[in-house]
Amino acid sequence: MIRPFVLLLCLPLASMMQGPSGDEILMRVDKNMFSEQKIVESRMIIHGQRDTRTVESKSWQRGTNESYTEFLAPAREKGTKMLKLKDMLWEYSASTDRTIMISGHMLRQSVMGSDLSYEDMMEDPHLPNIYSATISSSEVIEGRECWVLDLKAKKEDIAYDHRQAWVDKERYLVLKENLYARSGKLLKTVDVREAMHVHNHWLAKSIIYRDVLKEGDGTEFHIDNITLDAEIPDYLFSKASLRR
Amino acid sequence: MILFLLKGLLRDRSRSLFPLLTVFLGVALTVVLHSWLNGSITSLITSTAHFNTGHLRVMTRAYAKEANQVPNDLALLGIDTLITELRREYPDLLWTPRIKFGGLLDVPDEKGETRAQIPVSGLGIDLFSGNTPEPRILNIRDAIVRGRAPLRRGEMVIGDEGAQKLHLEPGDTATLISSTMNGSMSITNFVVVGTVRFGIVAMDKGTVIADLADVQRALDMENGAGEILGFSRDDLYHEERTNAVAAGFNARHSVPAPDTLSRRSSFAPVMGTFRTESGLSDYLDLAGLYSGIMIGIFVLAMSVVLWNAGLTGSLRRYGEIGIRLAVGENRRHIYLALLVESLMIGFAGSLLGTAFGLAVAWYGQVRGLDSGTIMKGATLMLPTVIRAQITPFTYVIGFIPGMLATFFGTAVSGIGIFKRQTSQLFKELE
Repeated sequence: MIRPFVLLLCLPLASMMQGPSGDEILMRVDKNMFSEQKIVESRMIIHGQRDTRTVESKSWQRGTNESYTEFLAPAREKGTKMLKLKDMLWEYSASTDRTIMISGHMLRQSVMGSDLSYEDMMEDPHLPNIYSATISSSEVIEGRECWVLDLKAKKEDIAYDHRQAWVDKERYLVLKENLYARSGKLLKTVDVREAMHVHNHWLAKSIIYRDVLKEGDGTEFHIDNITLDAEIPDYLFSKASLRR
Repeated sequence: MILFLLKGLLRDRSRSLFPLLTVFLGVALTVVLHSWLNGSITSLITSTAHFNTGHLRVMTRAYAKEANQVPNDLALLGIDTLITELRREYPDLLWTPRIKFGGLLDVPDEKGETRAQIPVSGLGIDLFSGNTPEPRILNIRDAIVRGRAPLRRGEMVIGDEGAQKLHLEPGDTATLISSTMNGSMSITNFVVVGTVRFGIVAMDKGTVIADLADVQRALDMENGAGEILGFSRDDLYHEERTNAVAAGFNARHSVPAPDTLSRRSSFAPVMGTFRTESGLSDYLDLAGLYSGIMIGIFVLAMSVVLWNAGLTGSLRRYGEIGIRLAVGENRRHIYLALLVESLMIGFAGSLLGTAFGLAVAWYGQVRGLDSGTIMKGATLMLPTVIRAQITPFTYVIGFIPGMLATFFGTAVSGIGIFKRQTSQLFKELE
């Protein structure tokens, strides 16, 4: 009589010993990375074929649908602003006083000549919403124990149909990613070079993006300052704010 | 004797009219066909050279590999030095820098929001420097449909069809959205001062033309250009000369073997000729071959017709020749008389046919044939108005075969004279 009860009690214990599933890891990664409101000051160091350029910007982000970015340097890009509201993106050019909606094939263009595209910026940052994950193996990256996750897009209109992500087992931070097209062709690689601990979140401080289809040595993305759960005024997330 | 034969030909029209008409028509058709073929090939070469490749084109090695995609990130930099070198080394050629680019032309409404937008392909050309050959090469002033050519910085002209789609009027402002050579988005305002029509479908749909300095500023290409084009001063493509110039330039700018794969060597300049750059090499060879074959077949067919005319003429004159033989005229004399007659008919027919063919060709050269309706959607740099072209060769292309065909036709058919037996003549003539 007692034996079946013992077995029933042992089942959850056994599943706990097996460790989390791919989707559970992805949920925890999302929970670690996500904060409702943040202000980020960053630098992109773009290593092109001929030269290296540094683009500085400040972003205000609220949830997953609202983001406002102002470029601060170099002089040519200073005053350029970008506004993302849900699935729409606008760029404001100070020199022409024009606001242009970025849509269609323009979304595939590079942001400021970097290895990031506008499409990357429009992606839903909540990975569990758009990908299902399975654990393929475990590896050590830069001395950190990682799960290697295979992410498969749940929808068809996703920029990267398939991803491989190396997730730090302790910090739930993605340390490395390979992004693939539906054909299986590798499109981009992402390598986290430095992590930081901010308000109980482990976040990437320094990342290298490489568009493997482009010549050049990739784009370094450095977060110089980040404020989580900051107060951000509503007016910032409106088209009128672009011309301010 | 010649005067005697001429009188005979004029008085007996049945002896001269049909051969003369045949020679006239054949020669006229040959002249017209040759001038039209010549004209359409020359039009293609000229417009492709003017709007696309030049007679010579200098690019970086990396740009040259993907030139069709206009990769301005691989453009030439420091072009002032390079152009100075080219002008010093090859003063018999005109050298001019150009930037080709693609993008969107966006027209704002009163609130600054997008009212209309079309994809455009653009040309940044040297419009304002003192010795620029560009306005003449592109013939911009004659291409203006509305407004005027750019006179100041910040101005552009646009293809008339594109302007109509955007409801743009001269004086309106439009925003060019493109990519800088670094890959950033470029947003630049221009005043559209005129609309143009070059008569080339691929150019008239959505082309914008602005000054090189404005395009350099817009695309962040200071002292840079995608291409430097070279043109011969007489505007004709001299293949041997261009080959020699390209070979000399490429030898001087060759990259040592160990460096050929280095990134730096990708940006070394390389020169290509019209034949290699236009992608028309095979086409030109084929066009030359086919036009030669067509003209050859035509001349051959005309010769056969004239030969046949000579044969029929001789057969028809079977009785006459028999009587002449019977009354004692020498066979060689009759044969010679027939040959001289054929030369006279050939000369007259060829002269009239060439004159008439040249008149039609001249009309075709001046007025042209508008094929715009059948070329909708064409991407070739072929003018919608195809014109004939008269060259020195046009004067002889029909004349010589016209003369020779009648002569050889008569020469072959006249051999029969020597086979006639005098003893059988009266029997034959009964």
